[in-house]
Amino acid sequence: MTAVEWGLAGQLALAGLGVLAALAAPARARVGLTGVLSALVGVAGAVTGIVVLSGGQGRLSLSTSLPLDPMTLEPTALGGFFMLVAGAVGVVAAVYSIGYVHGAAAARPVLAAFPAFLAAMQLVPAAGDLLSFLAAWELMAVASTVLVLAEHASRAEVRRAGLWYAGMTHLSFVLILLGLALLAAHQGGTSWAELATADPDSATAAAAYLLLVVGFATKAGLVPFHVWLPRAHPAAPSHVSAAMSSAMVTMGVYGLLLVVVRLLPGGPTWFGVVLVALGAVSAVYGILQASAASDLKVLLGYSTTENTGLMVLAAGIGLLLREHGAPGAGDAALLACLLLVASHAAFKTALFLGAGAVLSASGQRDLDRMGGLGMRMPVTAVTFGVGALGAAALPVTVGFVAEWTLLQSLIHGARPGDRLIAVVMPVAVAVVALTAGLALLTFVKAAGITFLARPRSEGAATAREAPRPMQVALVLAAAVVVGLGLLPGQLATWAHAAVEAPSAVSDTTAIRLARIDAVLVPLAVATALGLAVALVAALASTAARQAPRRAVDLAWGCGGVRSSARMQYTATSYAEPLVRVFDQALRPQRDVEISHRDESRYLVEQVHFRQSLHDLVEARVYDPLLGFVMRVGAVGRRIQNGSIHRYLGYSFAALVLVLVVVSW
Amino acid sequence: MSLAKLIRLARRSGRIAEPAPERPEPLPDVPKPLRGSVQVRHVDAGSCNGCEIEIGAAFGPVYDAERYGARLVASPRHADVVMATGVVTRNMEEPLKRTVAATPRPRLVIAVGDCAKDCGVFRGAPGVVGSVGEVVEVDVEVPGCPPRPEQIVEALRRVTGR
Amino acid sequence: MVAVLQVLVVVAASPLVIGLMRTVRARLEGRVGAGVLQPWRDLRKLWGKEPLRAEGTTWVSVAGPITLLASSLVVAALTPLLGTAGLAGLPGDLFVVVSVLLLGTVALALVGLDAGTAFGGMGSSRHMTIAALVEPTVLLSVYALSIPAGTSVLSGIVRARLDDPVSVLSPVSLLALLALTIAVVAETGRLPVDNPATHLELTMVHEAMVLETSGRDLAWLELGSWMRLSVLLGLLSTLVVPWGIATEVSVTTLALAVVALLAKLTVIAGLLATIEVTLAKLRLFRIPELLAGSFALAFLAVTASYLVVQA
Repeated sequence: MTAVEWGLAGQLALAGLGVLAALAAPARARVGLTGVLSALVGVAGAVTGIVVLSGGQGRLSLSTSLPLDPMTLEPTALGGFFMLVAGAVGVVAAVYSIGYVHGAAAARPVLAAFPAFLAAMQLVPAAGDLLSFLAAWELMAVASTVLVLAEHASRAEVRRAGLWYAGMTHLSFVLILLGLALLAAHQGGTSWAELATADPDSATAAAAYLLLVVGFATKAGLVPFHVWLPRAHPAAPSHVSAAMSSAMVTMGVYGLLLVVVRLLPGGPTWFGVVLVALGAVSAVYGILQASAASDLKVLLGYSTTENTGLMVLAAGIGLLLREHGAPGAGDAALLACLLLVASHAAFKTALFLGAGAVLSASGQRDLDRMGGLGMRMPVTAVTFGVGALGAAALPVTVGFVAEWTLLQSLIHGARPGDRLIAVVMPVAVAVVALTAGLALLTFVKAAGITFLARPRSEGAATAREAPRPMQVALVLAAAVVVGLGLLPGQLATWAHAAVEAPSAVSDTTAIRLARIDAVLVPLAVATALGLAVALVAALASTAARQAPRRAVDLAWGCGGVRSSARMQYTATSYAEPLVRVFDQALRPQRDVEISHRDESRYLVEQVHFRQSLHDLVEARVYDPLLGFVMRVGAVGRRIQNGSIHRYLGYSFAALVLVLVVVSW
Repeated sequence: MSLAKLIRLARRSGRIAEPAPERPEPLPDVPKPLRGSVQVRHVDAGSCNGCEIEIGAAFGPVYDAERYGARLVASPRHADVVMATGVVTRNMEEPLKRTVAATPRPRLVIAVGDCAKDCGVFRGAPGVVGSVGEVVEVDVEVPGCPPRPEQIVEALRRVTGR
Repeated sequence: MVAVLQVLVVVAASPLVIGLMRTVRARLEGRVGAGVLQPWRDLRKLWGKEPLRAEGTTWVSVAGPITLLASSLVVAALTPLLGTAGLAGLPGDLFVVVSVLLLGTVALALVGLDAGTAFGGMGSSRHMTIAALVEPTVLLSVYALSIPAGTSVLSGIVRARLDDPVSVLSPVSLLALLALTIAVVAETGRLPVDNPATHLELTMVHEAMVLETSGRDLAWLELGSWMRLSVLLGLLSTLVVPWGIATEVSVTTLALAVVALLAKLTVIAGLLATIEVTLAKLRLFRIPELLAGSFALAFLAVTASYLVVQA
């Protein structure tokens, strides 16, 4: 057996053990043991991924009792990259779960679903054929549904979210199943290699492509299939939302890459255009909703839509450029796509885990009621801050590296002679630029309102730092965000290998896009920044000798007594100017109620201001659609009214119908 | 108004500021950092607004206190000088103390006008706590009811030394 | 070497640029003004004063100003102001420059939030809204400039302009420069986007954020913001008039470059101050319209860059 095969088998075995521990271990050790075993599943996945990326090969066949080919696990470099990402996220989330899981989330079935979920996420990219892919995909869907529903008994919104999630995730499954089945029926085989022989220009391929794109886009949370994301994330326990957002959602991106790079390579131009359009719309819509959101987890959920949007945009640009005479820039765009996947996994893990720590410490999810947590939860504050820097793509984080690569590919992809490129590229640059700007505001808001200023609620004022295992996980995630931001070379080499870019020249410290002549050495940027900070800090400490800092009890409040904490800007007011600018796109509902004093209507007693944001896509697309389905269902219910006579009548009618058809 | 018109207007009106009077004797014990640059936070502790008009004039184009390095600022955190006017009323006692406390050291307090100096005509009136000097420590006093802008400018120049 | 010289020149010159702009403004208003050296005097004074730290503020209030100034120092080192040689191993890549600049923006916004005062949050929110709307314009317009030059490295763009001076007058370049100018004005908080001299809290953007900062913290913030203005104005003027910049490193070329840069800065700062006198601050909710306009210009520039090369 090769190392890869050992790794695959190890993952399966460890996941089995984890499930067993969750179900059978004594109550006291259950959470810890499951957490450790889940972390080991993640380690096994990450190591296997690295081995595959370094050229390792292996193939694990699992025979089934079905009259079909055996299921095979045979990861390629692309799959290896996603295994590595999913595994790394799994390790951090599992470590976190040891300190975090309690109450409903510690119930046996929920606990058992976690290692199964992690293993499923690592098996999806390892799958070598349709059958094992779908099996792993479905396991991933079911396990995550169980995890989302962990707190269904105590919170009604969890039940609703679970319904949405189960509905959307199975819609995704059905579409993928149909798409792959279409290809398989046409090609007469189930392994990826056999499917890949299909002619990408045929009508079958086009139909399959559309089905697969919608299916994977649903998983990736792309607009307009994103509606489950902002619901499921707040409902799920935080280590689960971290794993779902950082790894599971990107499996949708893996699926898309699988289709365009492996199954239907060299497809017609509109393949790429579809991806660019989906990605662009998702990126802008996601970040707009995130910037206006005032629920921390909803904000992070929408930001996931933004990030997957950017990934898909990058993939689409890569496809287009590869085929329109700029293979170097095209490779860079695909590389950017994978770097975005990795960077998103790193910072979103830090952010979701940080949000979980904040939630359980303050009992608040509403940003408008937080504040001042930086002093009470310093570790969480710093790690969340690092994650926010990554999400805002600022140096020196891995988010910056990924965005830099994307922008480089766009600049160097300029092909003035090509009309399609001449239209697509400026739009793509505008989208990336707008997204970057809005992401900046969103994450300054998320981090600043949560951790700075004064507490806006009782819960925030009495919050305590998270327990040790959660801190370890947070620091781990933040270290990856900064570490990969400083030394992205190895990651870039792996990503190069995964997209089979020929001109991969990267050393540990630098990203070199050799074919488009662009170099980024984050360490140099960091050194320059560090030197500058050291210089100013040295100056400051010289000055401090003459004029030491003096503590005063009040912030300047125009001479008045200390203003109430409710007079501070909240998350809603922070985003208010922006919401006004994008009023047409966001359509916030504002209620202003003014009650007057009895004596005169010129004297105001109270002003109530309420603002709520509804997802426009949901209101315009899903609500009418669901209403229609409900009406059809209501009609359908009349057929089935429980009367045995009527059912006998149905049977009789069916029999007559069959006889008529047969005798025709 | 168009740009050309404005520039013509600016040229026609030329310099409005009056020529600078002779430099007054600098205060002996001005802290070293404050030489040449003084930011002023103004507090109306209960003034009739007469002094405010004169302070406004002192920083206006005619007297142009800014040319001597003095500037009005919005926050006492940025200020070096707290310029208080009027008698200190009961409601303004606390804010005045807070404003002075909110000003980083080294700092000076200038009391502008007779009321700030010794309560002027308002001495003994109900609601009056006392003069500025009775509430916070005052470094420079500018007499007058109201003081002329030249006097205010001169007091500031004695601090900046310009 | 060039980078260090650039930093030194910008540090020394940026308070003078502010002083010059204030003096020009004062003269046009019939006042005398405090003199070109006044910002330096202010800085020296702030350096000697004690900073206050209100209860409830975190280390962000101390680290934020330092970060802003540090980011400005790095930007000054990376932008081609004196020479096109650049730092070894650290090319003045546009995206790097912009993101380091944004690091400072974020630091300032966090300082505004830290004290937990109403005005701080207000300034921070407005500042970030403007930054979020300005960034697309900056990226797009420099994208437009970089297409003809074929590189996103700023010194490469400047060098391409030196080689082909006529390109400065091409429609792409003019549109992009106009968009960039509006973006720079907005980013550095000048009229009509923000009034740097306002004392009315409700109209403040930048000033509202720093209301709580004192002593040397304020000095770092002021110097950092002034350096930003000088660097961006210097970059703009270098893009319009690339001559004078040193393409090779020697004492004479560098001396010439310093003189040229100072001359360019004087002209552009004087011009900006003159225009500012004639402007009133826009209402906050009109600003997005201005920025959207500049975004449209930048987008036109990009589109034009494709069309021009095609024709």
